[in-house]
Amino acid sequence: MSLSEEQVRNVARLARLGLDDDQIAEYAGELSNILDVVASLEQADTTDVEPMAHPLDLAARLRADEAVAVQSREDFQAIAPAVAEGVYLVPKVIE
Amino acid sequence: MSDERSIRQLAGDLAAKKLSAVELTDHFLKRIAAHDERLNTLISHSESTARERAAAIDAGTDAGTPLAGVPIAHKDIFCTRGVRTSCGSRMLDNFVAPYDATVVERLAAAGTVSLGKTNMDEFAMGSSNETSFYGAVRNPWHTDYVPGGSSGGSAAAVAAGLVPAATGSDTGGSIRQPAAFCGVTGIKPTYGRVSRYGMIAFASSLDQGGCFARSAEDCAAVLQAMAGFDERDSTSVERAVPDYSAALDAQGDDFLKGMKVGLPKEYFAEGLDDASRQVINAAIAEFEARGAEIVEITLPHTDLAVSTYYVLAPAEASSNLARFDGVRYGYRCDNPVDLEDLYTRSRGEGFGREVQRRIMVGAYVLSAGYYDAYYLKAQKTRRLIARDFSDAFDKVDLIAAPVTQAPAFKLGEKLDDPVSMYLNDVYTLPASLAGLPGMSVPAGFVDGLPVGLQLLAPWFEESRLLGAAHAYQQSTDWHSKRPAGFE
Repeated sequence: MSLSEEQVRNVARLARLGLDDDQIAEYAGELSNILDVVASLEQADTTDVEPMAHPLDLAARLRADEAVAVQSREDFQAIAPAVAEGVYLVPKVIE
Repeated sequence: MSDERSIRQLAGDLAAKKLSAVELTDHFLKRIAAHDERLNTLISHSESTARERAAAIDAGTDAGTPLAGVPIAHKDIFCTRGVRTSCGSRMLDNFVAPYDATVVERLAAAGTVSLGKTNMDEFAMGSSNETSFYGAVRNPWHTDYVPGGSSGGSAAAVAAGLVPAATGSDTGGSIRQPAAFCGVTGIKPTYGRVSRYGMIAFASSLDQGGCFARSAEDCAAVLQAMAGFDERDSTSVERAVPDYSAALDAQGDDFLKGMKVGLPKEYFAEGLDDASRQVINAAIAEFEARGAEIVEITLPHTDLAVSTYYVLAPAEASSNLARFDGVRYGYRCDNPVDLEDLYTRSRGEGFGREVQRRIMVGAYVLSAGYYDAYYLKAQKTRRLIARDFSDAFDKVDLIAAPVTQAPAFKLGEKLDDPVSMYLNDVYTLPASLAGLPGMSVPAGFVDGLPVGLQLLAPWFEESRLLGAAHAYQQSTDWHSKRPAGFE
């Protein structure tokens, strides 16, 4: 399975990874090698096998619907790259 | 000289005031100062807070707790309030968590003193500790060799006697493999046994916290403090935690008598290095000498583990690591021109190569048109692998196998060849996919490098693992060997 640079560019876009052309070329080779290894899955007979999403096959546990104390917004915003007046700052989204 | 007392002895001597917590903390801080420049096991140091905490313990704050005054180090994947949690990444180089992980909280409540945060592969992705933003860790047995990964800093720190125990996390072998490479004892509990709250997520259906120490007895004491239900982790299992140390003591030397131990033939096939095979065979002979019944078993889908894992883990990683967006915390690129630029440059500059590779593999296998062929298929082969183990445990009580095909490799040797690095995980991935508890126990050496024996038990049978390892360590002394220069 070989991935073209165009495919890698598309995957990088999906994953929001900013990569330059040299990186795209390198990753195209490396990702193709990885997909070659993974291709052995095709050979496995999985007829009537249920997919396993969780190692213990447990149902998700529900908690009581009760309000609990949460940490302050100040704690979380203290570690943000850019905040002002309680909101996170990002570049302008709407012109 | 490194302090050779077991954790139980240390805790007993501390409680009896034969030893002060400050004295003990200083002993290990001095060893860190003397040796860590060479090994690079710690990313963040906590000397002053550790001394303050030790002094408070000496003044009586933690009296009655099981590990009052015992020093520990945490893998830098566990959030620590007030101390940077980098996860080995530039992305989190400036991240100071606003809360403690449950594991950190519980070990502090048990009286431990944290000396710092240990080095690791970036976001726990790697088997050599070379993908860390903070540089590679060196193996104390031979500093040209890798310590294994991803919890390489924790394993190497314990091996070099810089700390008596350290936490780790295992997604595909990240506790067992570095424990084997560094000649220490490591345990990865059953998935769900230890809370993942505050442990930075890599692959959520696989990640499990555990620990390293010099012996099974020490691991039992540390795991006791970590394990148990946590309502803040929805995958944490509501199930009583047995008294591990009591289980060790109860049967003691006779623990292995009559125990059926299975050797999966797929783990002894082609690929296993001959010298390592001899070490593992000698360990198994010791099990037999102690009364275990050895039988050959088969885990027929073992050869699917690498491909299954390298679909599922990157898929989960690509989803988990989507949270690093340069907006709320962590690395942000300079002068973003728009939101798209903010995301792509922050992630392009903040993540290292291995992390980017895995994010892209994950995004690819989850993308439209490929989901069924890769992701769904791998979830099915995962069940085949897990079934192999449930069938095997109908016949045997314990599985014994090598942890790796060969001892530690040289720094740089596999760094440019991700596929060869991945194939190296072939013996540890299956148990991770099945969610089983596993250990690595020091079993000997090849050319001066440690070899680990892997033990696997049925789900939630950590006591059986620890008991078997403890019985083995009663008549062997591999776990008490120390690397030259770090005695």
